[in-house]
Amino acid sequence: MVLAAEDQAAVRALWRKLGSNVHVYTTEALERTFLAFPSTKTYFHLSPRSAQVRAHGEKVAFALTVALDHLDDLPRALSALRVLHSHKLRLDPVNFKLLGDSLLVTLAQHYPGDFSSALQASLDKFLRHVISALAPSCR
Amino acid sequence: MVNLSGDEKNAVHGLWSKVKVDEVGGEALGRLLVVYPWTRRFFESFGDLSTADAVMNNPKVKAHGSKVLNSFGDGLSHLDNLKGTYAKLSELHCDKLHVDPENFRLLGNVLVVVLARHFGKEFTPDLQAAYQKVVAGVANALAHRYH
Repeated sequence: MVLAAEDQAAVRALWRKLGSNVHVYTTEALERTFLAFPSTKTYFHLSPRSAQVRAHGEKVAFALTVALDHLDDLPRALSALRVLHSHKLRLDPVNFKLLGDSLLVTLAQHYPGDFSSALQASLDKFLRHVISALAPSCR
Repeated sequence: MVNLSGDEKNAVHGLWSKVKVDEVGGEALGRLLVVYPWTRRFFESFGDLSTADAVMNNPKVKAHGSKVLNSFGDGLSHLDNLKGTYAKLSELHCDKLHVDPENFRLLGNVLVVVLARHFGKEFTPDLQAAYQKVVAGVANALAHRYH
């Protein structure tokens, strides 16, 4: 199922506003996730605000931008990441949602005027599409 | 019971004292209904909920949101006994209103987003972490009497 046109437009408009700073917000979202949901730290050996968290924040930013460019074919576009997270990292998929929720909090905090209920709904749907493409399909 | 340190409790109460409960309550409930549209099933008597604008401006949504958030505020005064505080409400939501407790968790997360939007930088990652514990505690307390 593909994201509706108005949701795509809303998320893309926000992404243009974020510009080259997407990684700033995904890194902050990761830090928020580790603090709010300590179980998520079990997959990393790190300290908050470390170079490792920033590096992962950049990877998440890149993946979300790729996803936004391939909304009509997310499972194929994210297949390598799906395999990595399920087979190599063996991440419980519930954790994707925790990061997604923290990203919404981060964006609401930094863009309060833009963060209407409609935009929140569009972002939530976009993230659910990404998460469903990343979660393992067969095991 | 919610496991908060003394500093976390102070931070939670400190922020709450600045919250405009009526406004934030209406916004949180409205956003729940917009972002998770299946939750509208509980509010069919509220009139027009057909668009995001209709929901966010609906006076019944605002009134009920205010009621819900005032109740949440009560919980903040009784963090050591959330189950006792919400026992009657838990029974009501199970026996009369038939609300899936998952909705309490959704509303808790929406409240965290609304607090972030209103308080900006003041809603630090540490403060968010404390509030996540509180909303989880309230949701669990509201689900506790389900049978």
